[in-house]
Amino acid sequence: MTTVNLKAASVPVRETRLGSITGFTGTAEELVGQARKGCLKEKNRSFSQCLGCSTSNAACTLILIQDAAVISHGPVGCAGCLHEYAFTYRVNGVHRNVFEPTERRIFSTNMDERDTVYGGVQKLEDAIHEVHRRVHPKAIFVITTCASGIIGDDVETTANEAEDELGIPVVAVFCEGFRSKIWTSGFDAGYHGIARKLIKKAEKKQEDLINIVNFWGADFIGGWFKRLGLRANYLTPFATVEQIAASSEAVATMQVCATLGSYLGASLEQEFGVPEIKVSPPYGIVQTQRWFRELGRLTNRAEAVEVFLREEEEKWLPEIETLREKLKGKTAYVTAGASHGHSLLALLRELGMKPQGAAIFHHDPLYDNGEVAADTLQNVVNDYGDIKHYNVCNKQEFELVNVLNRLRPDILLARHGGMTLWGAKFGIPSLLIGDEHFGMGYQGLVQYGKRILDTMENDEFVKNFEKHAVNPYTKWWLEQDAYTFLEK
Amino acid sequence: MSGLIEQQRFMCSIGAMQSVVAIPRALPILHSGPGCGTMVAGFFERSTGYSGGYTAPCTNFSETEVIFGGVQKLENLIRHSYKVLDSDLQVVLTGCTASIVGDDVGQVVRQFVDEGKPIVYADTPGFKYTNYEAHSVIVNAIIDQYTDRFNEERKLKASLEPRDAKLVNLFASIPYQDPFWKGNLSEYKRLIEGIGLKVQILFGPHAQGVAEWQNIPQANFNVLISPWYGQDIVKHLEEKYDQPYFQFPYIPIGGNETTRFLRELALYANEHGAELDSGAVESFIKKEEETFYEEIDNLATFLLEFRYGLPGYVHILHDASYVLGMAKFLLHETGIVPKELFITDKTPEEYQQNILDISAGISDKKKIPLYFQPDAGLAQATILAANHEGRGLIIGSGWDKDVARKKNCDFLSASLPSPYRLVMTTGYAGYRGGLRLIEDIYNQALSTYR
Repeated sequence: MTTVNLKAASVPVRETRLGSITGFTGTAEELVGQARKGCLKEKNRSFSQCLGCSTSNAACTLILIQDAAVISHGPVGCAGCLHEYAFTYRVNGVHRNVFEPTERRIFSTNMDERDTVYGGVQKLEDAIHEVHRRVHPKAIFVITTCASGIIGDDVETTANEAEDELGIPVVAVFCEGFRSKIWTSGFDAGYHGIARKLIKKAEKKQEDLINIVNFWGADFIGGWFKRLGLRANYLTPFATVEQIAASSEAVATMQVCATLGSYLGASLEQEFGVPEIKVSPPYGIVQTQRWFRELGRLTNRAEAVEVFLREEEEKWLPEIETLREKLKGKTAYVTAGASHGHSLLALLRELGMKPQGAAIFHHDPLYDNGEVAADTLQNVVNDYGDIKHYNVCNKQEFELVNVLNRLRPDILLARHGGMTLWGAKFGIPSLLIGDEHFGMGYQGLVQYGKRILDTMENDEFVKNFEKHAVNPYTKWWLEQDAYTFLEK
Repeated sequence: MSGLIEQQRFMCSIGAMQSVVAIPRALPILHSGPGCGTMVAGFFERSTGYSGGYTAPCTNFSETEVIFGGVQKLENLIRHSYKVLDSDLQVVLTGCTASIVGDDVGQVVRQFVDEGKPIVYADTPGFKYTNYEAHSVIVNAIIDQYTDRFNEERKLKASLEPRDAKLVNLFASIPYQDPFWKGNLSEYKRLIEGIGLKVQILFGPHAQGVAEWQNIPQANFNVLISPWYGQDIVKHLEEKYDQPYFQFPYIPIGGNETTRFLRELALYANEHGAELDSGAVESFIKKEEETFYEEIDNLATFLLEFRYGLPGYVHILHDASYVLGMAKFLLHETGIVPKELFITDKTPEEYQQNILDISAGISDKKKIPLYFQPDAGLAQATILAANHEGRGLIIGSGWDKDVARKKNCDFLSASLPSPYRLVMTTGYAGYRGGLRLIEDIYNQALSTYR
């Protein structure tokens, strides 16, 4: 199976490319079984709340590139939340050796009603030139929106013409919100643009360079790699255009989250000959061992990896044991994006906790590399057994509220903003960890375990908050089955 | 002109869903693409209220609806919204997608109106207005489709109550777009009641929920505090209910301007039959001024003598109301001199001359350059190129922190987006707001000494 076609201007959304879905209720094993049999079927909801948008996820892969500029081609509102990435860049730069963070240059073509009638291409062309004049970036990305998509602006031709004139990559990134209910399709759109216009064919290989497709977490991996004689090439936040161009010179690509990096990993392998590590990322001991051994195999460092694992075990196992004793039998509920959510389930099981269930935003039956071994949910089920109440729910808060009210877990783990609030409103200790690297490896297990303990121990705030919290949900709704509005 | 905007400080039309969120127990329902609600929540940060942000029901327009229309989906959504969420008023807002494909939202909503539901709709595609303009669109939609129903019922009743000569409706800070809206509205309420009027502020925790909206036509007149946004509301009410309006064209901050506001308001009210006791009005003002100037008096030594450096001039990047109000206040009541000023709210051209006329009166002695510049990238370029003696202050949004650093200026974050600052019930309007603004500015300046 190949899903990568860099000759096409846009990448198909996950629903059509991978057969991904956003509605399922059952157990994890059932879901994996259906995916293997190829009979996964999307279910719609007759009530839904605000989802997310591909355009902001595409932006998330692009805005944090050090020396590029981003233009949102649409009404000004479609760039409204992008200032959040400017803040991230400033705050997290220090974790990635960007000590003097430059301002993020984020533009909107500010499409108005006249443009929706006569087209916005001229405005876009002017904008690209003006941005080039103001910023002198090494690359310009144009992200599309519902409005520019529906009226059919030829963004690709405009970008290509500007590229010829300006002599830098001008990349059209097609990420209209209405095209997909799976907003992670926006990651794919961003990476598609990067793969087709930024990454160059490798002239030489750098034998110690490993691509890491990630968000903006702290650099734990760099330290581990050092001990193995490897270097981390983080993609794409905080990278330079040049560094991204040279990612084809790496010897392997890993993802911290296959939901994020699926498409870029596959593109690098299929189009640039960089093999991808096709097992789940290193969360939990079983997976950490599997992952590092695969890394060792790909980089001819099998022995060094065994030494590394032994050292890590000696250092961290005693603490892990202590944590396991303290956390034994505690219940948890997880809400997160797909692959990282699976990783969190693995972490909970490693720590001896009982995941009561999960609300995971979508499900990809397979990732772009097509490998069954890369299915992060299947690996969790194989390693630790089934997860009951495994639901696929694209951030439908009303379903989460209903479930939490019923289950009352000892802790709610969330990966995305806006969800912990609902745990707290029911007095449930709730934890969001923004740094996706935080739980990796043996060290990550200890770090996560401590934070979970700490969150459950210090529940005074949520207990008080519960007494005063406002809840707009009806009593009727809280008594229904959580999946009442999901197609049968 | 490309129309390009860098570092936007406002949203598109659908950003005005925050005006719905600000009405106690009101529910926004979006007929829009899947990203609009979270985009709005992301712009405004920490401001989902009772049922905004992810909680808002949304049809999440997909390719199918783009082709076949989304009317049926919307009907289901609304029907189920009633089951899942409790609310006193529902406002359906349309995004770009629904408007471009031409869904007849009105027809869907009318069905629910016929069932007696308190529901209205507003056409708010992002390409049509800014959220400053769309705020009026939404308020007028509620007036026409909700308030008016109660007015009709009232007319049918035999014993028609006369309007309350002392009651006014206030239209001032735009909820959430003005980060100080809650504090400002509560100060306005305090002041307006202080001179003997009654006021419906309509938004926020100090408003009486939908009851105030039902009662809008019972007010004697409307009060608008704004140079331009919100004018469509008071003009609409003038036409619809024959309610006149009093306009104060910028946010009154501090002693001079708050007193001017209250005196002009009292005069207007009495010309319209409110029969306020002039003595009581003056004694309220006198007491307030005394309190205000006692603080200025105490502070004057510091302002005049602090020998390690305080800001002497200021650049303000904000909406028209704040730029005018802050510039007047800072020049006359703290001695900080306004230099190049930037109005970033995309003021429509028809209102610009009046704002320029007002700005010409900020000082009798000097001319202060004022620019209408929604493209804040260009505003910053002007600041970077400007050269002034002494220590400067920049009052703007979080975007301006870097410029302040480059220019070695003090920085106060006071407009959106404002990720470096938390605002809850702080207000800058009125006498109390003026003192708070002074505290914030000089605390920033003093915190640079360590």
